[in-house]
Order: sequence, then structure tokens, then C-alpha cells
Amino acid sequence: MSKDSAIVAHTISVLVANEPGILARVVGLFSGRGYNIESLTVAETNAKESQSRITIVTKGTPMIIEQIKAQLDRLVPVYRVRDLTVEGPHIERELALVKVKGVGEKRVEALRLADVFRAKVIDAKSDSFVFEVTGNTDKVQTFIGLMEELGLVDVVRTGIVAMSRGGEAL
Amino acid sequence: MLKPEESATTGADLLVKALIDEEVEVVFGYPGGAVLPIYDSLFKQNRLRHILVRHEQAAVHAAEGYARSTGKVGVVLVTSGPGATNAVTGLTDALMDSIPIVCLTGQVPTHLIGNDAFQEADTTGITRPCTKHNYLVKAVSDLARTVHEAFYVARSGRPGPVVIDLPKDVLMNKHEYTAPPKVAVTHKSYRPQTQPDPKKIEQAIEMIANAKRPVFYAGGGIINAGPKASKLLTQLVHLTGYPVTNTLMGLGAFPASDKQFLGMLGMHGTYEANLAMHGCDVMINIGARFDDRITGNLTKFSPGSKKIHVDIDPSSINKNVRVDLAIVGDAGIVLDELVKAWKAKQPKVDQKALKAWWAEIETWRARNCLAYKPNTQVIKPQYALERLYHHIKDRDHYITTEVGQHQMWAAQFLKFEQPNRWMTSGGLGTMGYGFPAALGVQIAHPEALVIDVAGEASILMNIQELSTAAQYRLPVKIFVLNNHYMGMVRQWQELLHGGRYSESYSESLPDFVKVAEAFGAKGLRCDDPAKLDDTIKEMIELKHPVIVDVIVDEKENCFPMIPSGAAHNEMLLGPDDKQSAQVSEEGMVLV
Repeated sequence: MSKDSAIVAHTISVLVANEPGILARVVGLFSGRGYNIESLTVAETNAKESQSRITIVTKGTPMIIEQIKAQLDRLVPVYRVRDLTVEGPHIERELALVKVKGVGEKRVEALRLADVFRAKVIDAKSDSFVFEVTGNTDKVQTFIGLMEELGLVDVVRTGIVAMSRGGEAL
Repeated sequence: MLKPEESATTGADLLVKALIDEEVEVVFGYPGGAVLPIYDSLFKQNRLRHILVRHEQAAVHAAEGYARSTGKVGVVLVTSGPGATNAVTGLTDALMDSIPIVCLTGQVPTHLIGNDAFQEADTTGITRPCTKHNYLVKAVSDLARTVHEAFYVARSGRPGPVVIDLPKDVLMNKHEYTAPPKVAVTHKSYRPQTQPDPKKIEQAIEMIANAKRPVFYAGGGIINAGPKASKLLTQLVHLTGYPVTNTLMGLGAFPASDKQFLGMLGMHGTYEANLAMHGCDVMINIGARFDDRITGNLTKFSPGSKKIHVDIDPSSINKNVRVDLAIVGDAGIVLDELVKAWKAKQPKVDQKALKAWWAEIETWRARNCLAYKPNTQVIKPQYALERLYHHIKDRDHYITTEVGQHQMWAAQFLKFEQPNRWMTSGGLGTMGYGFPAALGVQIAHPEALVIDVAGEASILMNIQELSTAAQYRLPVKIFVLNNHYMGMVRQWQELLHGGRYSESYSESLPDFVKVAEAFGAKGLRCDDPAKLDDTIKEMIELKHPVIVDVIVDEKENCFPMIPSGAAHNEMLLGPDDKQSAQVSEEGMVLV
């Protein structure tokens, strides 16, 4: 596949004014123009300035990714758009809550694996656990995969949050 | 003026005051329950003129015509629910063509929002994708500031429509007024880039100077940058001696009578303009956006050229066509920099190559691609427009159009010497645009000759505005090229669908002369080429709104034409070319 048509995932950070409708503007832009959203997280990050930070993971050809960034930047309440994937090294994390039901050997094995993945037990009943696991997507995915064999009943994930390495702010 | 005891301002009064401070003179609107407080405030003052349209869509188109012909922001006032939803087509039209509009919509009181109240619609939700930005004002304390911000957003950067949704209680609550900021506002997050990067200006000069087969490709961005930008474009084109073509939205940005002008380019553009685009080695795009009507088949678009793209909107760059040099900035400012740099550097152009290029262009021009077969029995639509142009060219005139064949013929056969004289729905292609737009133009230019070139199908989409024209005595002329078909639909059915004219015949047309008379306008009809001149003269002399029903050749097609999915060098020049028209399967799915 040529460089121009290769589809690559990009992690994009968007600093926005925390005002009603801003998430609808961002999401509407993606659906209206046929872009993909692999993952999206949003929360207020600066209460004083009333700013929120959105982290979007999206896939597309280089031309599409360029378009997505330009279209996001064009929205009136958007302060800044940064493509973390192209702008140097960055860290990505996501958090999952994983509910596992079972007794006996399986229960012990789940607990043991949780320890390996540094997942915390945040709820326990005699026949179930809820684990909190944090890490990059691969790690979270792998942990969930392992739990499937041990009585996985429910999963919830935050989606990716990401930040550049080093001392610079967005 | 507001009486002193009423100056303890309600939201509605604040709004009117804010509009006056934004130098608004005219509001196009239609009243309703949610906006009654605003209409009450309008009643009590005499600074703002309100033009009552007959449908909210027409209010937006009228404001577009007003805006496009003056360079000011057009203002619309409609009620909640259906008032707002009827405005959606106009807003989308303004978004696609980058027309500055502020549209005030009424809304149910804040405590009823979300309750499915009478005439409630989620206006900010509905208009989010069809505006540049929109606001829901939840407190009267935010109202004046929001209005000022809305005007700034609408007119700055790449202009566009902005909606302000106004719940009725906000309009009735009281608060002090906030005047517009004295110095240019710096918005906290919205900061369009108008100044180009000086390094890129240098690079552009070098690329332009070293071109052997150059072409300027200029669009609506130049019109939006103000009349000075058109003058600067003309200067740069003359300084370089290069050919120039305009897009549909850019007509008037360069004088049509100038010998360096190649005419319009694109699907129905001239042979010389399209072949120059195809064969050029340096393309200088200023304020145009490589729209699909311009490029045709993208993979075959101008294959051998280096491309420079000047645009105020970074999202227009590399959207459809990858360019070699992108300059983000206001077209007027960039042109000013280019002209200055060119004059300072006095670069040496390869005159021999340029001469050869012009010689090639002249052979294309000699094909006389707009020629048509004259006829003494029936009026050819092209002939009608040629005669129309003959009679209006020495008068102060403005042209609007509806959408279809007549629009393309108008673009080909009417010549525009100045910017802001040509109002057409380019991006959205809205039938029903031209007549209300013409009303807006006439309001702004009461003494000018304003003509809507229309088709018999398009004009029926906003015919009710004859009532508006009559009420305000707006002597707009509607020049209907009546071929009894939705002509462009029929043309495509002929070329692409085996001549199966499914639903494209204009059945049960009204008698347009009687329609005009019923509304208090004048009606004229002409079906004889020999009498056409007299009819046109009569139309121009009449001081009334006029419909001229020009009965034209039913089967005439609009040429030249680049068929869907084809390249610039694969255009059809006339009906005889039809056999060679092979539309690919890919082309068939294109619009």
C-alpha cells in the first residue's frame, strides 16, 4: 500500500471551551463527514478557564487525518488541536472496570492474574469481583481477554486519554 | 426611537439596540409567537427596516442577496419551530457559499425547552451542521455580548451563517446593555488567520515567475475579501501577463471583457479555461476550493501542474487536491503581498514560453465553444441571454439566478466586469434562491436594475415572494427561460438515462403573465425571436416587478459539458459530441 492510502490510527488532543453543545459539534463533525471515532474521552480539565480536553482516536489516510484536524480547528469553541501521534512521543492510558463471576479455582486464577496486571479489586462478593485495570490499550485488552475464560460478565472502558511526554503543555 | 420610560431595556430592546450598533439597516423576517417581543421592539423604533417575506427560506436568501451585493452581514429574523426549520435551506446555502448571515430565531421560554412545547424545535441541534456557529442564549445578561460575537464570527475569517436562538423569556427579561467592543475583539478560541506567512509569499513569487504555462484560478474568496481584492487580482494578472479563469462564485472578480480572461471553468466552463487548467504547469488558485464541479475526475485533474492554493480556511487546503504550496490567509491581503513582492522583485518571466502558451490558448479559444445554432423560429436560451446582456450592459445592473441550465447559460453569456454583481447558489444549488435573493439586492440598491434569470420550474419554488415585491414596490425583473422542463434534469436524463424523461416535464404550468398580474406585478410573454428585443426593452422600462415568460427551445442542452467522472480534456462541445460521450460506471454515481 502506498504511503498516501495507508490507513493509520492517530490520537488527537483537542482543547475546547466547556460550553453546551461542544461535544455534539465534535461528534457531529465526525458523523457528518464520515470520519471514524475509535475512542473518545472528554472532561473539564481547567475549571477556572472553563476548558475541557477531548482525546480522540481516529483512523484514516494522511489526507483524511489532515482534514479532520483542520475541521476540528475550524470550530469556533476549539482552542487547539494537536496530533499526538505525529508530534513526538506521548503516553496513552485507559481504564477499565472488569466484572468477573465465578467460584473455586477460576476465582483464585482471576485474582492471581489481576495481580500480574496490577489490577485492583474494587468490589468483591463471595462469587464475584470487580477489577480496576489501567494501562495502554493492549494491556487492557489482554486482561479482558484472559478474564473471558474465567467468568467475565461485564466490562466498561473509558477510552484513551493521552498526553505528550516531556515538560510542554498542549 | 425608544421612549425614555422604555429604555430600562428588555431583552428584545437590547437586541434591537445591538443590531443598530452593528450597523444593521435591514432585517428580513417573518413574525410568530416566540418573537413577538422583538416585533414589538421593532415597532417602537425607526432605525431598522424590516422586510416582511412570505416564507422564511426566502428571508435567508434575501439576506444572502443583500450580503453578497453589499459585503455587509445579512440579517434574518424568524420565529421558533417551523420558522427556524424553514430557514435551514437558506442557512445551508449560505454556509456552502460562505455568505455572512446572522439569523435570529425565536425559541420557547427556557422552562419549556425540551418539553415538546408548541412550535418548539431543537434549533441549535438542527442548525449545528448548517451554520458556521450557533448560540442558544439562556440569560438576558448574555444577549448583547452574544449578538456582537455572532456578527464578528459571521463576517470574519471565512464568512458564514450564524444562528442566535432566543427563548421568549430571555427577550422579556430586563438587563443593561453591553456595547460592542471598541477595539477589534480577540475571541478566546476563534482566531482566523488572515496574514500569510511571508516566506510562502516569496516561494509563491518564485513559482509564479518560473512558470511556462501558468493559469490563475480565482474564486469566491476574492469577492468575500472585498472589491479591493478584485482590483489587486486584476493588477497581478496584468503584471504577469498570465491567463485567468474564474469559478462560478468568482465571476466578476476579474473583468470579463479583459483579453486575459478565459471565462468560467468547470463542468460547464469554457473549452479554453478547462484546457488551460488541464495543461498548465503552474496553477495559482486564489480563494477557490477545488470543488467537484471544477475538477471533474480528480485522478485526471491537471496532472502536470504545480499548484499554489491561497485560502482563508485551512480545511479547504488538501481536501480534494493535494497542493504544492498552501498559503493560509485573506485573499485580499495575500494578493496585496503578491503584488508588492512582484513589483519589488521584477522577476523575469520566460516570455517565449508564455507566448507559446498564449498561442495554444488562442487555438482553444478559436473553437468558440459557446457557439450555438441560431434559429429564427424559436428562441434559443443562449440568444435570449445575449440579447438581455446587450440591453443591460450599459446600465447599473445586478444578476441573480435560480439553479439549472439557465444558471449555467447566464454564467456563460452574461459578462461581469465587477465583483458583487452576480448572486447565484453555487455550492448547495438551491432552486428558488434567485428571486428572493434579487429582492435583497434591490433593497440594498434601490435604483439599480436587478434581474433574476430563472427557469420555469425554479421560479415556482419561491413564487410567493411576488407578494413581497409588490408590497415594497421592488422593481425586480424575473427573466424566465421557459423550456417546459427541469432542463438540467432533462439534459442528464438524455445523456445518462437513455432519454427517459422521468418526471422532468413541467406539467400544468401556471400562466406566468396572469400570476404576475394576480400579485400586482406586470407580466410579459415572448415566443418570437424577432420580438425579443422589444420585450426586453419593455421589461427594463417598467418600474414594477415584472415576470417575463420567455418561451425557449425545449430541447436545447447546455454545452460545453464535462460529463460526470470525466477529465477537463474530455469535454463535450456540443450536441454532435454526444455519441462520443461515454460515461463510466463511476461517473454514473456522481451527481
